[in-house]
Amino acid sequence: MSQSPPADPPITFYRLQACPFCERVTRKLDEYDLDYRSRFVEPMHSERNVVKRISGKRTVPAIVDEETGVTMSESANIVAYLENTYGNGSEA
Amino acid sequence: MDLDFDVVDLEKTDHPKEGDEAPDFTRPLVNEEFWEDVSLSELARERPVLLVFYPMDGDFPATYIWNEIRDRAWEESHEIEIIGCSISTPYEHKSLIEERHMNYRLFSDPQNEVAEKYDIVNDLDGMAGVSEARPAVFLLDSERTIEYVWVAEQWPDFPDYDAVRDAIAAVCSER
Repeated sequence: MSQSPPADPPITFYRLQACPFCERVTRKLDEYDLDYRSRFVEPMHSERNVVKRISGKRTVPAIVDEETGVTMSESANIVAYLENTYGNGSEA
Repeated sequence: MDLDFDVVDLEKTDHPKEGDEAPDFTRPLVNEEFWEDVSLSELARERPVLLVFYPMDGDFPATYIWNEIRDRAWEESHEIEIIGCSISTPYEHKSLIEERHMNYRLFSDPQNEVAEKYDIVNDLDGMAGVSEARPAVFLLDSERTIEYVWVAEQWPDFPDYDAVRDAIAAVCSER
């Protein structure tokens, strides 16, 4: 093989197209220039089993951060987590 | 097909041939639960890929092609990743996967740019502004080298499934 595969981004972001809560998280991820992989799920809440498997709930947004081992739902929580972890004056 | 008239011939194209490297691309790849951007090269690195271009989800060729591939289930006997690509949206792909009860992931390429890259564009008569991929099958090894290719020459036209099976048997290890 001529080149090594690109590393998987550490953050996986489960989102719904046009969901304002998800866009709020997108803005924060972009603000901190974080590398993430977007996984878009179903509008139908009852069909979001993939999200339920990772977070225990069917709500989006949800993120999985391999860097810290954190899995989290609810945009306000996620934004606070990103600010604390990757923002100015963060511990990271 | 046995018809007493000629079906529409499609113009010859300069699509990639056996021995060529299949053009790489990244598009949303849809499974039954979600979609995410994935490149063809990422997939090919894992195992040989059968890349199946097909007309938009919902028309009868799409149904016929996926019923046939699903029933033949080459992936059960050989190390092969069977992947589709059409201009349909991820939402339509999810419905197709569900309706056809199929285990294959599908690339979504609404702008038809992947078909342009492969020179297999089919401009649809009577649907202004709509063009899609003509049916085509590319079997790629792990370096994305094309081991077998079939591209529709008529409209409609269907893969030679037995030839695809033979090509898979020649290229892919058995499971």
